[in-house]
Amino acid sequence: MSQVLTHDDEHHGPEQGKGVIGFIKRWLFTTNHKDIGTLYLWLAMLSFFVGGGMALLIRAELFEPGKLFVDPNFFNQMTTMHGLIMLFGVVMPAFTGLANWQIPMMIGAPDMALPRLNNWSFWILPFAFCLLASTLFHAGGGPNFGWTMYAPLSTKYAPPSTDFMIFAIHMMGLSSIMGSINIIATILNMRAPGMTMMRLPMFVWTWLITAFLLIAIMPVLAGAVTMMLADRHFGTSFFDAAGGGDPILFQHVFWFFGHPEVYVLVLPAFGVISEVIPTFSRKPLFGYHFMVYATVSIALLSFIVWAHHMFTTGIPLGAELFFMYATMLIAVPTGIKVFNWVGTMFKGAMTFETPMLFAVAFVFLFTIGGFTGLMLSLVPADYQYQDSYFVVGHFHYVLVPGVIFALMSAIYYWLPKWTGHMYNETMGKWHFWLSVISVNILFFPMHFLGLAGMPRRIPDYALQFTNFNMIATVGAFVFGISQLLFLYNVIRTVRKHGKKVDDRVWEGSHGLEWTLPSPPPYHSFSTPPAIH
Amino acid sequence: MLSMLNVCKSIIVLCATFASQAIWAKADHWQMNMYKGVTPLSQDMYDLHMVAIVICAIIGIIVFGVMIYALLHHRKSKQHKPASFHDNTRLEIVWTIIPFLILFGLAIPATKVLIRLEDSAESDVTIKVVGHQWKWQYQYLDQGISYFSNLSTPYAQIENKEPKGEWYLLEVDREVVVPVHRKIRFLVTSNDVIHSWWVPELGVKRDAIPGFMHEAWARIEKPGVYRGQCAELCGINHAYMPIVVRAVSDEEFKDWVGKQTKIEDKYLESQDKPKDQRVMTRAELMNEGKAKYDLICAACHKQDGTGLSPLYPALKGSSVAVGKPISRHIEIILNGVSGTAMQPYREQFTDEEIAALVTYERNAWGNNTNDIIQPADVATVRQGNTQQPKMVNKARAGGLR
Repeated sequence: MSQVLTHDDEHHGPEQGKGVIGFIKRWLFTTNHKDIGTLYLWLAMLSFFVGGGMALLIRAELFEPGKLFVDPNFFNQMTTMHGLIMLFGVVMPAFTGLANWQIPMMIGAPDMALPRLNNWSFWILPFAFCLLASTLFHAGGGPNFGWTMYAPLSTKYAPPSTDFMIFAIHMMGLSSIMGSINIIATILNMRAPGMTMMRLPMFVWTWLITAFLLIAIMPVLAGAVTMMLADRHFGTSFFDAAGGGDPILFQHVFWFFGHPEVYVLVLPAFGVISEVIPTFSRKPLFGYHFMVYATVSIALLSFIVWAHHMFTTGIPLGAELFFMYATMLIAVPTGIKVFNWVGTMFKGAMTFETPMLFAVAFVFLFTIGGFTGLMLSLVPADYQYQDSYFVVGHFHYVLVPGVIFALMSAIYYWLPKWTGHMYNETMGKWHFWLSVISVNILFFPMHFLGLAGMPRRIPDYALQFTNFNMIATVGAFVFGISQLLFLYNVIRTVRKHGKKVDDRVWEGSHGLEWTLPSPPPYHSFSTPPAIH
Repeated sequence: MLSMLNVCKSIIVLCATFASQAIWAKADHWQMNMYKGVTPLSQDMYDLHMVAIVICAIIGIIVFGVMIYALLHHRKSKQHKPASFHDNTRLEIVWTIIPFLILFGLAIPATKVLIRLEDSAESDVTIKVVGHQWKWQYQYLDQGISYFSNLSTPYAQIENKEPKGEWYLLEVDREVVVPVHRKIRFLVTSNDVIHSWWVPELGVKRDAIPGFMHEAWARIEKPGVYRGQCAELCGINHAYMPIVVRAVSDEEFKDWVGKQTKIEDKYLESQDKPKDQRVMTRAELMNEGKAKYDLICAACHKQDGTGLSPLYPALKGSSVAVGKPISRHIEIILNGVSGTAMQPYREQFTDEEIAALVTYERNAWGNNTNDIIQPADVATVRQGNTQQPKMVNKARAGGLR
């Protein structure tokens, strides 16, 4: 009997009371890294479907020329919110959730370094998103100036609800900074004896660098939106030429945040792929040291390329040349990563379970996004690409079959470890094939549209763009609906359907987390493991 | 073997179909590549774009080739035993240096084109392009011509109530006319938010930034009509501010310039004699008013006049649209409201158009004031506004008392 009780305590944490109140208290007051990781991941899942629903509205409106479902103002609100929610509500919380679950288990630590801070970093987020979502119901509508919030459209010409968005961004920034401090403190101080820096799993390395990036850039974003707030209400004119300011200043500050932010989204994805590919190739990661150096150089370079988002704004020739060369340079470390993944697969003994399928698709499709990125860096050609659907195609290739696929891969890879049960492999394969086909139908035609002259962020378009828009919309709905398979598969596994798994879960898995039982006890590595 | 041949044949036929479409069709509904364009710059851009695509394709074929080979052969199901190598410094250095060299090769032509692109000295024609929410204004600085260029697609087409024309959303009431084989300099700026003036076939994209002016240039080599759109999100009607450039021969351009009204004399006649203006019937006013309202005002104030409070006030039942004096209503349209999105329309609308608009707004959606405003009334207000304040007035206003 006592055995059963300890068992419960082992896996689910201490009881906080009975019924709904007990349940709420259990999750509201938790400081356990596994609980908080779970909370982050469910928040990301919820936002994924909210943001995805918005994307489907956008695609539905763009199915044919002419007004179909929504008016242009609401369309603009959808593009803005879709962007903000997907970045701040899906990708960042999802990776923070993965970090919470995995980093302590991967480095042999009992928990995160600052558990209470951890709790706070998470619980700010639901309130921030409620604030942000509430703007859609305000008089005058929600923010309608794109997630890039270019002044003066976002200052003098913006709806009153913009202030709510600004405050929500401040809160998300706080949460990210605290989360990053926690991750850095954990990785630097809590490693098990023998776990030297150069033995850290790649996922931990990429997150360490990401956390430094976040600490550097989130205050910059906070500064940018605070200047917006001051311009709106306190009579300053940072971004108003009439008062001695400059609208381009906003873009400089924003993209100084925005470009490293891109790598905040993608570096942990690199980390996940660097874990998954060796496991299913049954071969250690090729060129570990170079992978680490490449990640560091990508992070450093990301700070000196921001103006490549602004080539058409009239920045001087010298600046255009500098930012072009710096941007092209990023292709070198990114190339190293891709080559090393291929090197890992080469001469391995590969099997293709769902996580591996997503990882392989990541390498292919992210590389395509990288190619268009290289094309975009060439300033003269960029004059034709800038603000067209070519750019939309480019960054969605990097973010959806790139980052989102990496997240899917990570969930399928570690979910059996977290729950102790295997997900449904057939359903996972269906999810993969439907996603990988539809995602290309969805985003590849966007390159053609952009090259043929279709600007981004328009709710209505000329007749010549009809064909490819229809194709993209069909792809979007297939992609959107197939994600329900993923949701169902995850819920099913969490509710302990599916066969039980052993500690290793995967035949080729290596690393400390696989030495723990599946599911791991509520408090793992209370005594540091021995590292061989 | 035979089947391979058939496959090749069908691929060739398919490619040929695509290629021929690109040549014949006016607006290619399956266009997949960048415009070659009609200026030296746009051709340079196209060439650079193609070089980049080819380089990416070659890298892609090599990398994906190796990867696909591994995916096919190095599987556990084929009893492939995993190797245990995990490092090769020499290989790492090789695949660091090779991409670096490729990029170096790519940077040289890009730099050359860029330096040419930024050289807008010695132009023959200078056109100032001003972005407004949501239309473009063109000012020919040497010729003294200035006009607005509005979307001319009827609102009914946007609402799917009429079949859409060939150039749906890519047509304007007044085109930009430019001579061919001349260096044309565009000075791009904005009156409110950031816009971007983009005509793909000219290879010109310049952000229009309020308070700053940036240059772009084009030398068009082929007469024709070239269409583009605003490329930077600029508010509700971002999709509805197209650009149409008509390139004509030198003589035709001179002809066209001769026919344009100069800025100075536009209102000279009517201003002095407001009473001499045309008298319009109520039906005329209401029809013209509705057409203009749906095209321009409805973006913010909504078709049913309910607006989007608090940013864009409702006109239905508003004190401005039903209250007195009517001159206040006219004045707001003429001069705008500073600090808001309501811009001055004094330059954009004629007296007749404003009269029609005011009449429509005062009688539509249950604003049944029965007021009829004639162009002469508008002219009176316009004149009153442009009058130089007299010394006496200044004194009365308190300045000199």
